[in-house]
Amino acid sequence: MERRDFVKSSALTAGAIALVGSRLSAAGSAHAGPTPVTSMPAPPAVDAATRDLLMEALDAATGAGAGYADARVGLYRTRRVGTRERRVTNVSESDSLGLGVRAFVSGSWGFAATREMSREAAARAGREAAAIGAANARVEKSPVTLAPVEPYGEVSWSSSYEVDPWDVPIGDKVQYLLDLNEVALGTEGVSFVSSELHFVKIEVTSATTDGTIAAQRIIRVNPQMSITAVAPDRSDFQSRGAVLEPAGRGWEYIRDRMTPEAVEVWASEAVQKLSAAAVEPGLYDLVLHPSNLWLTIHESIGHPTELDRALGYEANYAGTSFLAPPSRVIGRTRYGPEFMQIVGERTSQGGLATIGWDEEGVKAEEWPLIENGIFVDYQTTREQVAWISDLTGIQRSHGCSHAQNWSSIPFQRMPNINLLPAQADVTLEDVIGATDRGIYVESRGSYSIGQQRYHFQFGGQVFWEIRGGKKTRMLRDLAYQARTLDFWNAMDMIGGAGTYYVGGSFYDGKGQPGQVNAVSHGCPVARFHQINILNTGRRRAG
Amino acid sequence: MRTIDRRSLLGLVRDAPGRAGPDRKGLTEQEARALADRILGLSGAEETQVRLASGWRANTRFAVNRVTTAGSSEDITARITAGFGKRAASITTNRLDEDGLREAVRGAEELARLAPENPERLPLPGPQSYAAVHGYFDSTAELDADRRAAVAASAIAEARESGDLEAAGFLRPTAGSTAIANSTGLFAYHPGTQFEYSITARASDGSGSGWAGTGGRDWSGVEHGELSARAVEKAIRSRDPRPLEPGVYTAVLEPAAVSELVGLLARSLSARSADEGRSAFSRKGGGTKIGEPIVDSRVTISSDPAALGAAPFAGAGGFGGAGSDDAGLPLKPTTWVGKGVLENLFYSRYWAQREGVEPTGFPNTLIMQGEDRSLEDLVSSTERGVLVTRFWYIRAVDPRTILYTGLTRDGVFLIEDGRIAHPVNNFRWNDSPLAVLGKLEAMSRPVRVTPTREVPAIRTSEFTFSSVSEAI
Repeated sequence: MERRDFVKSSALTAGAIALVGSRLSAAGSAHAGPTPVTSMPAPPAVDAATRDLLMEALDAATGAGAGYADARVGLYRTRRVGTRERRVTNVSESDSLGLGVRAFVSGSWGFAATREMSREAAARAGREAAAIGAANARVEKSPVTLAPVEPYGEVSWSSSYEVDPWDVPIGDKVQYLLDLNEVALGTEGVSFVSSELHFVKIEVTSATTDGTIAAQRIIRVNPQMSITAVAPDRSDFQSRGAVLEPAGRGWEYIRDRMTPEAVEVWASEAVQKLSAAAVEPGLYDLVLHPSNLWLTIHESIGHPTELDRALGYEANYAGTSFLAPPSRVIGRTRYGPEFMQIVGERTSQGGLATIGWDEEGVKAEEWPLIENGIFVDYQTTREQVAWISDLTGIQRSHGCSHAQNWSSIPFQRMPNINLLPAQADVTLEDVIGATDRGIYVESRGSYSIGQQRYHFQFGGQVFWEIRGGKKTRMLRDLAYQARTLDFWNAMDMIGGAGTYYVGGSFYDGKGQPGQVNAVSHGCPVARFHQINILNTGRRRAG
Repeated sequence: MRTIDRRSLLGLVRDAPGRAGPDRKGLTEQEARALADRILGLSGAEETQVRLASGWRANTRFAVNRVTTAGSSEDITARITAGFGKRAASITTNRLDEDGLREAVRGAEELARLAPENPERLPLPGPQSYAAVHGYFDSTAELDADRRAAVAASAIAEARESGDLEAAGFLRPTAGSTAIANSTGLFAYHPGTQFEYSITARASDGSGSGWAGTGGRDWSGVEHGELSARAVEKAIRSRDPRPLEPGVYTAVLEPAAVSELVGLLARSLSARSADEGRSAFSRKGGGTKIGEPIVDSRVTISSDPAALGAAPFAGAGGFGGAGSDDAGLPLKPTTWVGKGVLENLFYSRYWAQREGVEPTGFPNTLIMQGEDRSLEDLVSSTERGVLVTRFWYIRAVDPRTILYTGLTRDGVFLIEDGRIAHPVNNFRWNDSPLAVLGKLEAMSRPVRVTPTREVPAIRTSEFTFSSVSEAI
């Protein structure tokens, strides 16, 4: 990659952060985003042998009738370290290298992949992808067109990290977890603790027949810990899990967040849950910490705004969307209050879905999904743009094409989707202080949502009763249940940038065969007026 | 269609004896042995275990009456676990050239030396004997892009001819083999195929939706046209559902829904969690509930790899880690719940040794027995109840009672006087398989739902629909 390209892409990345970052600069909370990375790692370069394989695959596909093709050669690496109490349960590493090629033939797609890294194998995969596309084209001619894209030439990109997790010795990682387990076990009442670190490193070069070859490096970390307290007579047990969020960052993220001080708090919460009061079901004002709210955003805004889902492409599995048909909802559906701003992006530093270029050679960007409470746009790939361009006026893809690895078919996947904080400096204490009878929820718990994303039930990890503007006692066994639009329109207060926090998941699932996608969701603390609360400790909840 | 020449890749013998067909997908037994021996030969660890997974996966998806995506891939992966006493670590790689294998073996050794001791690690098992299993079917391995497209085309035609319906569906065949070998002489090999097929028919205006699906090993027995017809009929009959209040109802659950409940129950069958007081099967004051009735006395749930064409050993996939020292352990026919009584729990080798019992391993099949009647018989003998096609988005609520929440999907009907009266809205439900199977009234003959599960439809006298879901 040319030096100037890198400088250009870094500057763009920095610009995107500034949009949210300006509101975050006042962040005093330890929960705010990680310290921004100051020294970016050098991006990878396009390797000549890899370029040859990609060209071979693309040429074979077009030679066999493809009007468009894209191909990727990727090394997908994971490393996991797992412990429970004072033992190691898992140390494992996985490397998978291969080539996948997708061909577009007469309006139909075909895909083929091979682990064999030879020109012959690349050409075979290209021809097979085109043959599969041709077989499908015989079923139904469909007028699919691809939105235009700029040819970027040879480009490269790297995610932001300071310490490559592959540079940290495995023994150090294990010891790090065992030391933290010891802190948890040192808390009276705690009987079990499990902890895991999961690292991902992807080095992938992709090429399209539209003139872009992108070499990219992506590093992600996922720290997990679950602490269980058991009642002395074994009549009850309670766990505190979901303590930390995954991020598109390096080892420094673990070091800064997964600390002995934090473990002490989580352990004491597990013990307190044993004696927490059962919730009285009913309507309450709900104050959601971002560590809980991000998942509600993911499920009730992220999924309904997938355009393929809205049009029935996921009907047999992930489901459809209540937010359809596009002509009746774009620019018309009031999703929430005037102050509700939702953006999709693949540009934020540390975001799990953040990239340089997507699988179709589209450059990462940021765009509004909900503006002033009104739904305005979906998530798109190149083939989807024409389905709604009359309604949005947008002629280009938002860059949401993603494949989980070299052997998987790229399709539309969720970008990072964020709720922007209030302009005013509203704190968590301000929100709780303004609440007379409510419940405050931290961290994600059990969650389940209808296939059209219209009706949901979410739990949490830690619940506090709010009375007269104050956190009083801890509650347990509760979940909130609502309809998506009722819920978001009941949002009556959000925090400022100081409460902004980025949650996320390694395991956003969609497609058949199922593929996982890693995605981040940033949001401030928010309050929802009079939400239905269930007691899940009783069999006939609700 | 073969896209990889394994022989040139692996430098292996040309005409391996034991090859069942001229063009089987995945490594043959001879090839797997040869590759495993090469890896074991490179290792300098005290103990080494290798798992080889190889083969072909293909898929075709359709939606809105067209094929949306389709593809195929071939891969061979080696999971190499190196052990030094109580220390062990694994590396998985698909780089099988000399350099790639050396690097992986060295890497596994290096990780293992650095890993702290795991006091629960046992020495690897020696040679074992396994039940004979027939799990590879050419009918599945030969589902190429044209054949898959033809299945999609017929489903699309069925939906289109039946009115204003759109079909969405998925066909996925896989074919290949799994092998486990270790440095103490164990060698296990299983060639297998499997498929999944499902179709959702939806009214174009979103007023109704119906689903049907199946899975198995042998595609030749599958009447996919019948499944399409069932999904289409459900979509038509489910149009314009009438409201039904949430509450506790008698419910007829079709096999797809029962399969989910049985899976949830099985997920809670860890002996260790029960012994440690962390499970629904912990006895208050210590011990487990083995020997106690937990559900209706007609319920029997068991595992039997040979019955469903699954690998007869642990570590080939499904429950249980491939890199654990349990890999290669024979999975024998085992009854978990017999006539309503908890008969056994899942014992790893470590926990079994600690408790002084035989290890069961983590099963890769689940079979629930049924009774000699059809789904239609279950409906016709129901005075008033709710018929549920399938569940969706099931999540744990309370592990102490195996309480879960989920939704219904793609066809919910009110049954009155033995007949389907009319479609009703979808529901969210909150219930436990223990409670549902505790209130069992009747069962149908079991059917294959997935490659690894066979269960009946059931009628239960109490099923808790906790709220209405407007989704269709």
